[in-house]
Amino acid sequence: MRPTPNRRAPWTIAAVFGLMSGLLAFVVLVVAGAARAQQQVQPLVADLSKHLVAITTAFSGTDVLLFGATDGPGDLVLVVRGPPTRKVVRKKARVAGLIWANRDSVTFDNVPAFYQVFASRPLDKIAPASLYSRHQIGTEHLTFTLADKSVTDSFVPGFRAALVRLKKKQELYGSRILPVTQLANRLFRAELHFPANIATGAYRVEVYLIRDGDVVSAEITPLIISKIGLGAEIFDFAHNRAALYGLTAIIVAMVTGWLAAIVLRRN
Amino acid sequence: MQIYLPIAEMSVNVFVILGMGWGIGFLSGAFGVGGGFLMTPMLMFLGVPPPVAVGTGANQIVASSVSGVIAHTRRGNVDFRMGGVLLVGGLLGSTAGVWLFAVLQRLGQIDLAISLSYVVFLGIVGGLMFVESLQAVVRSRRRGSRSRNGAGRHSWIHGLPFKMRFRKSKLYISALLPGAVGFFVGVLTAIMGVGGGFVMVPAMIYLLGMPTQVVVGTSLFQIIFVTANTTFLQATMNQTVDVVLAILLLLGAVIGAQAGAQAGARLKSEQLRVLLAALVLAVCGKLAYDLVATPEDVFSLVLEAS
Repeated sequence: MRPTPNRRAPWTIAAVFGLMSGLLAFVVLVVAGAARAQQQVQPLVADLSKHLVAITTAFSGTDVLLFGATDGPGDLVLVVRGPPTRKVVRKKARVAGLIWANRDSVTFDNVPAFYQVFASRPLDKIAPASLYSRHQIGTEHLTFTLADKSVTDSFVPGFRAALVRLKKKQELYGSRILPVTQLANRLFRAELHFPANIATGAYRVEVYLIRDGDVVSAEITPLIISKIGLGAEIFDFAHNRAALYGLTAIIVAMVTGWLAAIVLRRN
Repeated sequence: MQIYLPIAEMSVNVFVILGMGWGIGFLSGAFGVGGGFLMTPMLMFLGVPPPVAVGTGANQIVASSVSGVIAHTRRGNVDFRMGGVLLVGGLLGSTAGVWLFAVLQRLGQIDLAISLSYVVFLGIVGGLMFVESLQAVVRSRRRGSRSRNGAGRHSWIHGLPFKMRFRKSKLYISALLPGAVGFFVGVLTAIMGVGGGFVMVPAMIYLLGMPTQVVVGTSLFQIIFVTANTTFLQATMNQTVDVVLAILLLLGAVIGAQAGAQAGARLKSEQLRVLLAALVLAVCGKLAYDLVATPEDVFSLVLEAS
């Protein structure tokens, strides 16, 4: 007669169980996952302190904690990848020997909006370059695609290098050695910093456990960065009802100007 | 105190923006220029993307111009009839300018076109004003009285048809003349993303021969509608109007505009023109230097919607 409570019952038990012994539940899940992968123990588990970064009006950058455990010693490489975008790199040249103007340009697709690598040691000491190239680890291994195939290959590398350099300057690209902390060769944690100029979208946090120059295990965790609250509403309004938004902006400006003239006259 | 701008997609210091707005508002009130020619480069310097700087700047100028026009109307310094004729030309001109902007954008040279028009027009306008107003200051010092700037001259201009009487401006000239000035400034407005006051004000003084007192208010009156038009076009075509940024700027600007209008009323018109000319020349010099100097990085990065 009343199926709802019946259906709810196992969930309630699970919730209580989870609350009382979160760690145990975690181990059960890990074991379940490992069993599916036909392995004795999952060599690597990792998670983020939050899976949603909310960009509110007061947003000025944020830190997300990545934490996890390994089944023993090994090198860790973390990669944070932002959503793919299209970027145009322009190069200035002297025109008529006097004025600097944009002349050549190359358009790249599949450019991650954000890209950071963290490693427990310098990358070249952990594994051969072929491994990094396979997993696109390190800015030199990112495979941008050319939007315009007719571009001559000879000057593309210079533009590619400039793209990476400019992204690094904006603190959107980088690779660091330090911030992965390993405890007793088992537990690790890393503080991932996202600056205020971060793009919204679906991010991927990849963790690689590397032993003897080979990836033993990898874990991919999604991270969503999105606008929340008033900022998000303004953004949606501006994009979905552009004409109304434009009129509103004009009216707000006119009323403010008018009010200011009245108020300041009285003073 | 940091605040995140939803359209520009970056976070900025509230007080920096408020201060910038105040400064722009002051100029607007004192000189009758919208201040866009300063605001757009300053916003870009803060890291605001150029299209957002242009679109938001236009929106902010609407507010400070409304405030300025009200202040000037109280003193009877707005020639609405002249403003109306300028406006008709201005709206036609900005439509043509938007089309020209699109052509230049296709050619990939819009940045250069913007910089070059700034340098050329700021240079011409600033230079002419500076020389003329310095002479006027010297003359008024010597004789204690100010001479009229060539309005009484009779030339082919006075033979044009559609003559109209502009009582406030003490002019009886062909409507084609202010219409053409409005059109030309309208084209510049669309390309340079500014109200166009810095071109309009000198054009009204030197080409139309209007009295300086009336020029400022009338220019502001016309700017309200041209910048409102730009705001609407930018909002609908590019979604580059950031209301949060605009509101912060205009909070500072409306206060600055009142202070500017009072300061402007205290200064003699010759002094006003020397100061405006010096300001225009300074901005022109900076932009010209940027065009000619070897850039720090010859590469630049542009995001393109895929």
